[in-house]
Amino acid sequence: MKRMTFRRAIVPGIAAAALLLTGCSGEDDGGDGGDGESSDISGSVTIDGSSTVFPMSQAAAELFREEAPKVEVAVAESGTGGGFERFCAGETDISDASRPIEEDEVAACEEAGIEFTELLVATDALTVVVHPDLDVDCLTTEQLVELWKPGSTITNWNQLDPSFPDQEIALFGPGTDSGTYDYMASEVVDPDADEPATRDDFESSEDDNVLVQGVAGTEGATAYFGYTYYEENQDSLKALAIDDGNGCVEPSAETARAGEYTPLARPLFIYVANTNYADDEAVSAFTDFYIENLTAIAEAALFIPLSDEEYTETQSALEGIGS
Amino acid sequence: MSAATVAAREVTHAIATGKSRDRNVGSLVFLAGLWFSLFFGVMVLVVLIVDTLIDGSARFDIELITEYDSILHPEAFGFRAGILGTVWVMIGTALLAVPLGIAAALYLEEFADNTKWYNRVIELNLQNLAAVPSVVYGLLAVATMALIGFDSTDIIIGGAIALALLILPVIIITTREAVRAVPQDIRQGSLALGATVWQTTWRQTLPSSIPGIATGTILGLSRAIGEAAPLLMLGVAGSVGFDPTSPTSQFTALPIQIYSLSSSSREDLRVAAAAAIIVLLVMILTLNGLAIYIRNKFQRTW
Repeated sequence: MKRMTFRRAIVPGIAAAALLLTGCSGEDDGGDGGDGESSDISGSVTIDGSSTVFPMSQAAAELFREEAPKVEVAVAESGTGGGFERFCAGETDISDASRPIEEDEVAACEEAGIEFTELLVATDALTVVVHPDLDVDCLTTEQLVELWKPGSTITNWNQLDPSFPDQEIALFGPGTDSGTYDYMASEVVDPDADEPATRDDFESSEDDNVLVQGVAGTEGATAYFGYTYYEENQDSLKALAIDDGNGCVEPSAETARAGEYTPLARPLFIYVANTNYADDEAVSAFTDFYIENLTAIAEAALFIPLSDEEYTETQSALEGIGS
Repeated sequence: MSAATVAAREVTHAIATGKSRDRNVGSLVFLAGLWFSLFFGVMVLVVLIVDTLIDGSARFDIELITEYDSILHPEAFGFRAGILGTVWVMIGTALLAVPLGIAAALYLEEFADNTKWYNRVIELNLQNLAAVPSVVYGLLAVATMALIGFDSTDIIIGGAIALALLILPVIIITTREAVRAVPQDIRQGSLALGATVWQTTWRQTLPSSIPGIATGTILGLSRAIGEAAPLLMLGVAGSVGFDPTSPTSQFTALPIQIYSLSSSSREDLRVAAAAAIIVLLVMILTLNGLAIYIRNKFQRTW
């Protein structure tokens, strides 16, 4: 049921996008917006930002290409922080982000006179994985914090819980530049610090495949990364359920959408520059298309689509840009 | 060839082929060491290439070069935009770097007064520049673009400026070597017949050093073609669904696409990355083959 309402086929999606276009844009583009033909629109859309969200925007661009072949969409992946830097310098139209924009970035945008709108586009379940032979199935949030907090001295699983096996822990994690690390540090492990961090004595790599191999090949190893990397490597990894006070919850599309997989279900965003949306037909057509087909795009990019309520919120945020 | 070179060559040949009469343990061990080093270097390369070939073998199809990137159909992921972008950027790089590099080298070699301090400073800096990490050239290009007055840096001109700056020192240094290798007799003969320094350089020295210049330039270009780091600094896109049409088009390049795909969670995309590495290798080998051809065709002996 839910699926049916959300998984719009592309053609009706486009029609809806066109409708939305004509609906929001008052007199400024009433002339060409009237017929609702997005295939006539030309122009360019520049996107940069998180490498986690990159496949999403890439899929959106690919789908949009079939509908509006004259619009040139370029998607880069400088990372969430790097993306905001360019976004607030006015170089990009849309910024992908795997975390909400930070205060200093907001300040930079304000200084440059760039107003933006945050759109929630998908959910990712940060997945804590361990070597498949390890006899641990569930961690409480406290134990996770205990394990990863800065200066943590835990080196053996049985230090976390006496019932856990006597096995040395090998830690793997994403590099400190990644939004994944930022999320773990600022939302889970160290939320109160000025500069949130995790412990630093872990093997880090910007390439999550390296983390997968590291955990799969090291007894007692653990790591955390985006859900898709676990999904694609289920044979060689074991995902831990997380107990945030309401019992152990396995990471999955269902639990993340239902809001049960806390605190590791993290939101993924795109940020749209308001002026570019209002003035540039290509940007507004692309953004509308993106949001209209959000479920299809998220599924194509192997992300967890938004729940109904979240989707409605995103839609109203989009409608708010024009006004 | 001087007598010393000939003698050295004979000795090396005799030792390497085991025909030397004075074989002692030391020289044999040394020889084995040399062969091992050679074997090690070549083996690593062979293993890497074969491994990549095996990984990418499933994707040697026409879609690989005719299609754009695709998340919806990862099995038909294509590198059309990357290949075209790389070709455009390489042309731009060559147009910027070759004339500048050759002119700078000719000045330093034929016209500059080496006793002046500023020429020595330039020379010292050139040697240092050749050793600067490539990311730094990305930053330099960003600054250059801002100075020229471009709003965005992720366009073909930006990539060409970054890569041209990157290989300029290499081109200057190899061109100087090539120019220096032209015998002094040729210059003096030309000057004695009444030619000016400019005429001598343009009509004698430069044509004679073409093989060396071409080799150095093309080797420089084939280094630049594989660079991702400076382009990433410019914010060059990893996914574009259109062909570049002008020097100010946005683009993507093969190394960037490979970099972005190789960390993907999907097997299909990593296979595509491996296949793209082979495409890039073929492009590099073609360039290097061209270098060898030009060198042999224009080779002169005095």
